[in-house]
Amino acid sequence: MGVNQSVPKIDGKGLVMGKAAYTDDLAPENSLIVKVLRSPHAYAEIMSIDTSEAEKTEGIRCVFTYKNVPDKIFSRAGQGYPEPSPYDKKILDRFVRYVGDAVAFLAGVDEESVDEAIAKIKVTYRIMTPIIDFEKAKDSKTIVHDEDHTRSMFEMGHEPSRNIAARYAMEIGNVKEALKSCDIVHEGRYYTQAQAHCTMETHTAASWLDLQGRLVVMTSTQTPFHVRRILAKNLGMPISNIRVIKPRIGGGYGGKQCIHGEFFVTWVTLHTGLPAKIIYSRKETFQSTYTRHQMRIDMTIGAMKDGTIKAINMEVLSNTGAYGEHALTVLMVVGSKTLPLYNKVEAVAFSGDVVYTNTTPAGAYRGYGAIQGNFALESAIDELAEKLDIDPVVLRKKNMIHLGETSKIFEVMGEGQEGTPMTIESCELEKCLDICLEKLEYFEKGKSREISPHVVRGIGIAIAMQGSGIPHIDMGSSILKLNDDGSFNLMIGATDLGTGSDTIMAQIASETLKVPMDKIIVYSSDTDLTPFDVGAYASSTTFISGHSTRIAAENMIKEIKEAAKLQLGSNQVEYDGMIITSDKGDISLSELAEKLYYSEHQKQLVSSGSYVSSTTAPPYMAGGAEVEIDKRTGQIKLIRYVAAVDCGTTINPNLAKIQVEGALLQGIGMAMYEDVNYSDSGQLINNSFLKYNIPTRMEVESIDVSFVESYEPQGPFGAKSVGEIGIDTPPAAIANAINNALGVRITRLPIKSENVWMKLNHN
Amino acid sequence: MEITLNINHSMHHVLIRPDEFLLDTLRNMGIKSVKKGCDTSSCGICAVSVDNKLVRSCAYYSIRAEGKEILTVEGIREEASLIAEFLTGEGVEQCGYCSPGLVMAIYTMKHELDEPDIESIKHYLAGNLCRCSGYEGQHRAIMKYLEVK
Ligand code: FES
Repeated sequence: MGVNQSVPKIDGKGLVMGKAAYTDDLAPENSLIVKVLRSPHAYAEIMSIDTSEAEKTEGIRCVFTYKNVPDKIFSRAGQGYPEPSPYDKKILDRFVRYVGDAVAFLAGVDEESVDEAIAKIKVTYRIMTPIIDFEKAKDSKTIVHDEDHTRSMFEMGHEPSRNIAARYAMEIGNVKEALKSCDIVHEGRYYTQAQAHCTMETHTAASWLDLQGRLVVMTSTQTPFHVRRILAKNLGMPISNIRVIKPRIGGGYGGKQCIHGEFFVTWVTLHTGLPAKIIYSRKETFQSTYTRHQMRIDMTIGAMKDGTIKAINMEVLSNTGAYGEHALTVLMVVGSKTLPLYNKVEAVAFSGDVVYTNTTPAGAYRGYGAIQGNFALESAIDELAEKLDIDPVVLRKKNMIHLGETSKIFEVMGEGQEGTPMTIESCELEKCLDICLEKLEYFEKGKSREISPHVVRGIGIAIAMQGSGIPHIDMGSSILKLNDDGSFNLMIGATDLGTGSDTIMAQIASETLKVPMDKIIVYSSDTDLTPFDVGAYASSTTFISGHSTRIAAENMIKEIKEAAKLQLGSNQVEYDGMIITSDKGDISLSELAEKLYYSEHQKQLVSSGSYVSSTTAPPYMAGGAEVEIDKRTGQIKLIRYVAAVDCGTTINPNLAKIQVEGALLQGIGMAMYEDVNYSDSGQLINNSFLKYNIPTRMEVESIDVSFVESYEPQGPFGAKSVGEIGIDTPPAAIANAINNALGVRITRLPIKSENVWMKLNHN
Repeated sequence: MEITLNINHSMHHVLIRPDEFLLDTLRNMGIKSVKKGCDTSSCGICAVSVDNKLVRSCAYYSIRAEGKEILTVEGIREEASLIAEFLTGEGVEQCGYCSPGLVMAIYTMKHELDEPDIESIKHYLAGNLCRCSGYEGQHRAIMKYLEVK
């Protein structure tokens, strides 16, 4: 029926045909327009703020500053509760901590009046010296959270007086001793930048009061239930008085796993009784939402001459910007979703500090630390191979993880807490690697070759793993309801970001119930009408919510059988989807449904399922880049990118493929194009699509994705996650390819032609 | 001021500000397929057809469109629906936010390019950004669509 088939997305046609679907399309017509006055300074105290002229402006309904909004401290991160992120943010504060931080917000009848009024707010700032360079942040004279106002919900090394948002350290075995016994030790330092998500729909939220006076919030979020909880706590109202609806959203990638405009619109609605909406400008989205964590990663890897890797040490410095959303958890993923790749080591250690600076806050972004860690680890493995004089692929194959094996790291490191021990029950990494090598003709062509006296090509490889949800924390649930024509409503908390999860859930329900896809009517992500789900993050939706839908469907079959027994007067019934058979006769599902609601033994059939996993089955992949470089100019061309992925059994091969292709291009963007620069005073320079270059279709020569089917026993119908893993390999694979072509090692992202040229000419 | 616009095959008298952009005029009229993606005319999300030429409605004054034929996805239903078949066949309408703009670009491309091949297609569509799909699937879909045409 439904599973392992490339069915089109159930909402796809409607989206392409431009149906009203996103927050701004659906917000009430008469919504007040809300805008935020943003700080021009990277670090300042508001000494005075005069809103009187703004309030008098025609069309303005209200203006808010830190003096008239709730004075509560919280984390905006949409994560499990209690959140593993420090509480360090207020709706509005007397202090502004980065250029773009919120100073005030106001609402008016139209954009013109709001723009006019916002210019009339008079603020006097006491400007302070900002700390912009994250390598100088720890123990800097500038303390980003100076007041004694922040706190963490549990121990995470939170030390604001030292600009440390969170820290973590672990060691398995004795790394120092193990390194001493190695023949070759490689040490390297790697830098990754603060990538921007660039969702095509900017952050948008609307709110209004319903007939019963309850607060309704429609928002482009990845986590409607977390938004409801965070709003309720900080607006000081019960959860029962708030309904959060996620309509279609124009991209997430982690960027919408956080509260952004929701407080501003809801506060306006609560004060005026009127509908309100906020649409972030593109500049605001760059400057005032959040980014990937910028990092510096120090690697030490030791091996024996025969290529046995004995010890790995990874030390991280992560920049969380002005606020600490996802600070601890992203840090831990740097190690926990990379180091188990080389599971045969004698000793392994991981440690890191996450520091505050006066820059745009960092938060969740697809890959969530894994891409940063992968760049460092997979670059370092190639460098080690070079020192050992062993082919990097051979070195990987000798040391990497296989089916039936485990890593102590699974047990030690989780996300913000201890991990869960697990044995790998599906892993086709070796096959993935072989497919990439074959397609790139790695052994035939060699790692490098000259095209002309000035032009060389190189091939580079990287391998990666990710997780599938967070064990014991991520929960998803589903409700099924039988209709009087034999169709089903499937209500799910799972949050479709455009990834196609509504379709995936429909496929799983259709497969389990043995009915065609068109008998399943999906409704998702509405806190009033759908059951709880943590939301779309941590590669969890197919793996966790998928199981909940399977369970709900299995429970529905039990309900149907019970009802059929009564109708047919038999104790033995068989269900095969369209027909229920028994020794006393048969009944079709639609006949049964009609009887149930109109004539005999009337009863509404409803079932539910919820699921929490005890493991996080890792998907695996290999990625290979072929680059061409003109030695005269340093110009780099990515000739092709080849990827082979083991994400278990794909529920929808087409959608899985697009997930990987899209993620690869975001990874390629991070590797080669997407630059983030601040001025000394803390102005973000790359704050538009003119200055922040995401790849266009001109940058794509060839992206070639294939899947190596495996069966994950823990996953629904053998599936593992696929949403994030695709992003992880490009930075390291491209750096390795450039090194193989030129003998030049680039350790800082993005890798731009001028950096290559500089290295070639002024090493 | 009041102007008359020919939108999706029918004439509309609309009240606009003199400096109003077509994007806002269309959205205010309830044509929600036209969306905004940036503030620098760089993303192609808002693309519409004006006299069979692709324009960025976020940077095109509504008053300039007087006397011209404006088309959005809503005005080319049959063609758009066919293009949609191919896009959804590959699953490239991920978040879908960029899709209506892309459909309009494919529509005008067909009028403008005589013998489109992958290079000229990429060139023509370079201004239509997509952050979800990685473009490869879009190209697969477009090639199949053009083959059928
Ligand atoms: S489908 Fe999301 S931006 Fe193109």
